[in-house]
Amino acid sequence: MNLQLPNGRIVIIGSLLLALVLTIMPMPAIASAWRPTWVLLVLLYWTMALPHRVNVGNAWLFGLLQDVLLGAPLGVHALSYSLACYIFALNFQRFRNFSLWQQSLLVGVTCVLHQLLRFWAAYLFDDVSLSYWILLPVVSSMVLWPWLFLLLRKIRRRFKVR
Amino acid sequence: MKPIFGRGPSLQLRLVIAVLLSLSLMAADKSLPQVSQFKFYLSTLVSPLQYLANAPQSALTWAVEHLKSRQKLIEENSKLREQALIDSAELQLLAQLTQENLRLRQLLGSSERSSVRKMVAEVFSVNSDQYSLQVVIDKGSFDGAYVGQPVLDHNGVVGQVDEVGSTTSRVILIGDSVHSIPVRIHRNDVRAIVTGTGEVDKLVLQYVAHSTDIRIGDLLISSGLGGRFPEGYPVARVTSVVRDESFPFAQVTARPIAELDRLRYLLLLWPNAIDQPLSEGAN
Repeated sequence: MNLQLPNGRIVIIGSLLLALVLTIMPMPAIASAWRPTWVLLVLLYWTMALPHRVNVGNAWLFGLLQDVLLGAPLGVHALSYSLACYIFALNFQRFRNFSLWQQSLLVGVTCVLHQLLRFWAAYLFDDVSLSYWILLPVVSSMVLWPWLFLLLRKIRRRFKVR
Repeated sequence: MKPIFGRGPSLQLRLVIAVLLSLSLMAADKSLPQVSQFKFYLSTLVSPLQYLANAPQSALTWAVEHLKSRQKLIEENSKLREQALIDSAELQLLAQLTQENLRLRQLLGSSERSSVRKMVAEVFSVNSDQYSLQVVIDKGSFDGAYVGQPVLDHNGVVGQVDEVGSTTSRVILIGDSVHSIPVRIHRNDVRAIVTGTGEVDKLVLQYVAHSTDIRIGDLLISSGLGGRFPEGYPVARVTSVVRDESFPFAQVTARPIAELDRLRYLLLLWPNAIDQPLSEGAN
């Protein structure tokens, strides 16, 4: 069976679309509070693995789609994801050499910044109060990162995405 | 090795473009009409993803409904029959009251009330932004939904349509912190404005003077002022009144009549369209 797809664009787009679906998937309230930032994680993986293909542009586009899907003020996720992927695309050689748990910490820091930016945007539009639960997705994203990294690497090698 | 950023603009330039685009979208959102047109196309584009995310839930609901036992169905049927009987008794009275109301209104020379067009919509079980209270429904511009349209459920006012796609729309709930609705107290017709707080079970009444006659348990109904919500639908019930003279206004909170955290079927209203009764077609 020949699994070599042209450039593997379908794999990249498909994984990002799946992450979007996971983001809006209905969940019990408790699980929903712990929901990892799926799209950000997948974007960071592809940026680190293939920085010449997935970087600021794709991050912005998928951020915009997430804004529409969540009904957030237009441009908030787009801005946050673009900044995160810029940092990862700039330092991809250094970050690739980190061990998995070091990467996981790095992803955690990026995730905190993303959550703070979202809070700040919500605060601009209406008055909401800062609470500890914006950190729950950060924890779950950090725990998820090594597994997601290994899974996506396996997929990338299987379908020979370069 | 491949040249890393060989094609297209440099990474820095891309970032600058992305940041500028995002900031201008954030600034233009809610103010420019062109953006809402853009949003319409985008929500139409992403609606397949919403259907996909909703699919497991709806499959489960379908299975539960189709695998119900005969016994349960019979029980439910008899319960509904009973309810229908009680309702029809009330309806008989209502017909007479409507007639009487019409006559009185004609005597007073005030405008007549007409019943409005309605449509049932189902809530999608999809996740929304955590900083706002919204739901996605399965009716869009193809069904005639429009921005600012009032939305009810079987208890009372739920909110209004905020964004429209071709087959889906987004409803902003009355509990959202950017939403306000004009109301009056059912008991004495005092007018007020109810604003959301971002919590599903708490609303606040703004600009209520200390001397206003308002008590715990008062029913607040939509006043029809502002022209967005039709008059007379229940909105909330007053839960606390604090008259602290050190504040310029009394602090009044209320609880929405509709249970905003467990919505399933909603009713879209067209206040300016004459009703084509749905029941006639069924008979």
